[in-house]
Amino acid sequence: MASASEIATNRERADIRNRWLLSTPALLIIFLAGTGPLLVVLIYSFLTPGPYGDVIWKFSTDGWTGVFFQRDIFDDTLSLADAHLQIFLRSVKLSLITTILALIFGFPTAYFIATRPQKTQALWLFLITIPFWTNLLIRTFAVQEVIRNEGMLNTILLNLGLINSPIQIMFTDWAVAIGMIYVYLPLMVLPLYASMEKLDFRLVEAGYDLYATRLKVLRRIIIPLVKPGIVAGSILVFIPSLGAYVTPRVLGGGRNMMFGNLIELQFGQGRNWPLGAALSLTLMVIVMVALLFYVRNVSRDERRHG
Amino acid sequence: MASTFSIKRQPGFATIAMFCFFLLYLPIATLVVFAFNAQASVAIWGGFSLRWFQAAWNNQLVVEASIRSLQIASVAAIVATIVATMAALATTRTKPYRGLTAKYAFINQPLMIPEIVTAVALLIVFARIKVATGYSGLGYLMAAHTAFCIPFAYLPIRARLESMDLSLETAAADLYATPWNTFRRVTLPLLWPGIIAGLMLAFVVSLDDVVITEFVKSGGQDTLPTYMLGQLRRIVTPEMNAISTVFLLISVAIVTLFFLISRRST
Repeated sequence: MASASEIATNRERADIRNRWLLSTPALLIIFLAGTGPLLVVLIYSFLTPGPYGDVIWKFSTDGWTGVFFQRDIFDDTLSLADAHLQIFLRSVKLSLITTILALIFGFPTAYFIATRPQKTQALWLFLITIPFWTNLLIRTFAVQEVIRNEGMLNTILLNLGLINSPIQIMFTDWAVAIGMIYVYLPLMVLPLYASMEKLDFRLVEAGYDLYATRLKVLRRIIIPLVKPGIVAGSILVFIPSLGAYVTPRVLGGGRNMMFGNLIELQFGQGRNWPLGAALSLTLMVIVMVALLFYVRNVSRDERRHG
Repeated sequence: MASTFSIKRQPGFATIAMFCFFLLYLPIATLVVFAFNAQASVAIWGGFSLRWFQAAWNNQLVVEASIRSLQIASVAAIVATIVATMAALATTRTKPYRGLTAKYAFINQPLMIPEIVTAVALLIVFARIKVATGYSGLGYLMAAHTAFCIPFAYLPIRARLESMDLSLETAAADLYATPWNTFRRVTLPLLWPGIIAGLMLAFVVSLDDVVITEFVKSGGQDTLPTYMLGQLRRIVTPEMNAISTVFLLISVAIVTLFFLISRRST
């Protein structure tokens, strides 16, 4: 006769088996159209480019060397791939500018929302999230309509007589940065709000009781307390900025490429799939490292509050 | 009086916040307004007209792309929601078991990988499969969309499940309900708001996708966003604004509904 504990373990085992069966379809779909293809990318990054795109099944590490170096066509020596480095640097620079400006605009906005009466907070949050759920391309297009030479901004400035000829914003780095700030601002505001909502204003009050100025309270009390939100928001803006494809393509034009556009180029005109694969994985690793920071930051935050 | 001193106030913050909201909505508002422009300009107002909506409606390419978008989004959202519901049932309200954390990570994987990387990966794999099987239909796009919709459908369903305790299900089982009956008559009705929320989120996310679709689609398989991406390279007429306006309206309607549902259910 089976003992009670044996029945219990059997039931537990059956339960776990059922749980695996239930989650199989989701895991399978994500594996087939997500994780699996990533493994193929890894294989492709070690192959030789075919003449018309695609690959030849011959092992080569040229894809990976090509990420940072270029081979001289005459004497076969390696030198740093300036064009690639420039694009990496631009990607990082633009992502940093985007993150910093999103923080400068997002911090007061999140603070404003968090200090509204409980009832209206949801409405303000809703107003922040609405643009986020509308199509990325449409939002980018909307920015283009405002900043292009014949766009609203230049038309108004010209009519006011402030400028004599339209300011060229489109197809510059600034256009890309403006577009990305516009598109990713909600990703900054939401985590900031989440940590400000928990802010204990008795500490702020104590600061004022001790004759601190508003600036000092902000710098010495509020900012240190919501730091996890600042870190979370910054990472959440930085990651998609680094991998941005649509915004630089539409607002930056062909010349102001970012990481994502460089990857695309290898699968289009560049016809160098192994290099494209190696570049994709490089981007992925950078993003993974940033995410790791994020997860560590979040779990530390939870420990402190929990 | 001392009571006028608000400890929560920071000088200039409200102004910056208002400025932010203004900037956030200004481009969208402009876009919508110029959809009704009588002239072919997207910057100079020339009177009210619905001609660009008419033009979009009569544009065969736009209509086909819209139908394709809706087809893909419907299939992807429904399949993603079904499998996400199953996965959510399998990963909540349990003692931690081996592989549970790995499951979380795996289900959320599409959220963590940059879209361009997934797009390139799918391009490589699907190109092979297309050559091998000769099939180049919408199935590829539907599969790709389903995969990245799963985490969006999963999150609200899981959140809903975690707020439901097991006591009702236990009571049903005590009253000799079969597991299937318990699920159908107790769990499912309680879970319904989460499922609807997940379905809507997945639908919007699929409808909005540009990058993965752009890389995976075969010739003549433009969805509305990729069609628009192609058009942005040319001279833009308010027809684009009209298409965007309708698109925005649909997204905003779905998201508003989502908020109302998830608010009522909490």
